[in-house]
Amino acid sequence: MAETVKVDRRDAKLALAYIYVAFIALGLGGLAGLLQTLVRSGKFTLPANISYYTILTTHGVLLGLVLTTFFIIGFQFAAISRTAGTFSSRARFFGWVGFWLMTIGTAVTAFFILTGQASVLYTFYAPLQAHPGFYIGLTLVVVGSWISGFSMFTHYARWKKAHPGEVGPLLSFMAVVNMVLWLVCSLGVAATVLIQLLPWSLGLVDRVNVLVSRTLFWYFGHPLVYFWLLPAYMIWYAIIPKIIGGKIFSDSLARLSFILFLLFSIPVGFHHQLMEPGIDPFWKYVQVVLTFMVVIPSLMTAFSMFATFEMYGRSQGAVGLFGWLRKLPWGDARFFAPFVGMVFFIPAGAGGLVNASHQLDQVVHNTIWVTGHFHLTLATTVVLTFFGGAYWLIPHLSGRMMTKAMNRLAIIQTIVWAVGMCFMSGAMHFAGLLGAPRRSAFSTYANSPQALEWIPYQIVQAVGGTILFIGIILVLVIVTNLAFFAPKGETEFPVAEVAEQAERTPLAFENWKLWIGITVVLILLAYTIPFIDMIQNAPPGSKGYKLW
Amino acid sequence: MVKLQENMDKLQEKTSENSNLKGTLASSFLVGFFLIFTWVSVYFLFLKRL
Amino acid sequence: MHIHKYEKIWLAFGIGCLFVFLTVLGVSAFAKGNQPPSCLTTIDPEKVDQTPPFNKLGLVKTGDNKYQLNMVASAFSYTPSQIEIPKGAKVTINITTKDVIHGFEVAGTNINMMVEPGFVNSFTKTFDQTGEYTILCNEYCGAGHHMMTARIKVVDKQWLKQ
Repeated sequence: MAETVKVDRRDAKLALAYIYVAFIALGLGGLAGLLQTLVRSGKFTLPANISYYTILTTHGVLLGLVLTTFFIIGFQFAAISRTAGTFSSRARFFGWVGFWLMTIGTAVTAFFILTGQASVLYTFYAPLQAHPGFYIGLTLVVVGSWISGFSMFTHYARWKKAHPGEVGPLLSFMAVVNMVLWLVCSLGVAATVLIQLLPWSLGLVDRVNVLVSRTLFWYFGHPLVYFWLLPAYMIWYAIIPKIIGGKIFSDSLARLSFILFLLFSIPVGFHHQLMEPGIDPFWKYVQVVLTFMVVIPSLMTAFSMFATFEMYGRSQGAVGLFGWLRKLPWGDARFFAPFVGMVFFIPAGAGGLVNASHQLDQVVHNTIWVTGHFHLTLATTVVLTFFGGAYWLIPHLSGRMMTKAMNRLAIIQTIVWAVGMCFMSGAMHFAGLLGAPRRSAFSTYANSPQALEWIPYQIVQAVGGTILFIGIILVLVIVTNLAFFAPKGETEFPVAEVAEQAERTPLAFENWKLWIGITVVLILLAYTIPFIDMIQNAPPGSKGYKLW
Repeated sequence: MVKLQENMDKLQEKTSENSNLKGTLASSFLVGFFLIFTWVSVYFLFLKRL
Repeated sequence: MHIHKYEKIWLAFGIGCLFVFLTVLGVSAFAKGNQPPSCLTTIDPEKVDQTPPFNKLGLVKTGDNKYQLNMVASAFSYTPSQIEIPKGAKVTINITTKDVIHGFEVAGTNINMMVEPGFVNSFTKTFDQTGEYTILCNEYCGAGHHMMTARIKVVDKQWLKQ
């Protein structure tokens, strides 16, 4: 075994820095979320003239962009260091450059949001125009993440050079796929911010092409959700089997599903623009088809997870069709939290299929159903998996051990989260089917009888939101304990091995030129013609508006 | 040499075919039925509102 | 690459379902015309009032039982904001915006459109049942976003003043 079992202390420090920022964002963003659900219940108004939309922008940016990106990069630095060896001091230095750029960018963005100069939500659709500082801050976050990504790429390349003819370690391979995905998709958001929005907000140009800007945003916006999801899949595929005492079902299938995510998660942005003028319905349908292709790797993942659990259960003497379920380590928070996340991914996936289906989207587009949907995907599946990851990752990196009491608290935290989310997301889904809009402060819409029907659901959302906020306090208690107060000791960074009967992994998965090539071809196929249409048939551009 | 490899592959295939994954198949199908149920329900809502 | 027999069954079933869904959507969209709102007409957002069809706002009769409903969104209202539609009318709704992006949702129906500066968006629906519908903005447009609303009343023909 050539791999280092413990993450180097210097790499650990870097990973922890990212993870601390992530959890600070969780606390602040979670507070904003609590306030939103309270306002929307109609029973509470924000003090001191704070705008609902300022809070909403804060919530989206801190949880959708900051929590996720920081946790993911921190986790991936640790995972690569653990499986492909300690970073060179040069690569680590660039990891720190990325960290500081991202942190400064976050602070700048947060300043302009909190001072009410950028209540444009985290999707910042033009022609609503934020202060230039908002766009500059976001640019720093993205550029910082690129530098971190390149640091990971060079480290992986160094490993490959030192191990000719060998397949890269699974976790490192997956981290690299995820960063490639991130790099390719964030080019879109970088293009709209740097070429369109920043010069426009600085007054260098008068007008902006709204549809082009939205299209570039959603070229980024959908792969973004897979950038969140893939690290959760890394934990499911490569770490959970070790925690339960089992083996990876198939290394090749795990890699195949990651490659499929790389190929199909980008050319699908139109499924966020299905209700939009200016895009021919034929091209919308093409991207709907491609969106459905990205379901396939998730179907594979579902099977692999069940298989891992069943194989382990049977090796422990489980009998019957579902007897293996009883053999799983339910008392271990490192397993329990991600497992509950997996369960929530079933309704999350079902909702996703609805959203992506052209006509069904007419029923739910921009209703609070959508909010309910991504509070299952991101705010439950991904986040609970990250929490479960943090329960061993943070003590491993900080040189401490999780106590039994903390483990019990983490189990309670998971249950609190699941219950709160059932209330909140469930109510959001049903209210959405009735037509209640997302991203809106409390309103009875001029005492419309329809809108009055939504209010009970909004009260349930506030109850769920309050329970979830308790969940956030609990996880912050646990994380703080693991980082600073838990007893000193060695905690394992679990990395699973492949089942004996699984065959050797083919080297073809490492053919980056091929996979990135196909990715680019699919993107060009899905976007070239409609994009040219948008530019050729462009209406007069829009001036900026500050309507908040 | 090639033959041996083939035999080995066959043997491997057999062991893995035999590993009992009935529960996995059943669980996957339960997931599948849930997906179909949700999709069809909303599709009918769409049709009703047509 | 070797795949377990059960996984093959599962993937065949799952992928099969995806294709069934896609076929249903495709036939409904391309053969039956149930396309999502995707109007390609452009308009100068600063000259909306002078540009047809928005020089005549409200319900406009275009044929036997056929109507256009021309509406304009701007921060934070719709014009017109009270609309009466005779029961059974086939109405093509045309909508555009004078400023930022808005939404146009008729709650509890399939009418759900993005309204973007520079574009007209359009959707056709037959109103078969009498009753009241709430129109609301479902895309964030600023501080008064949640106040942006209008009302459609579908009424029996004899009640509608000619």
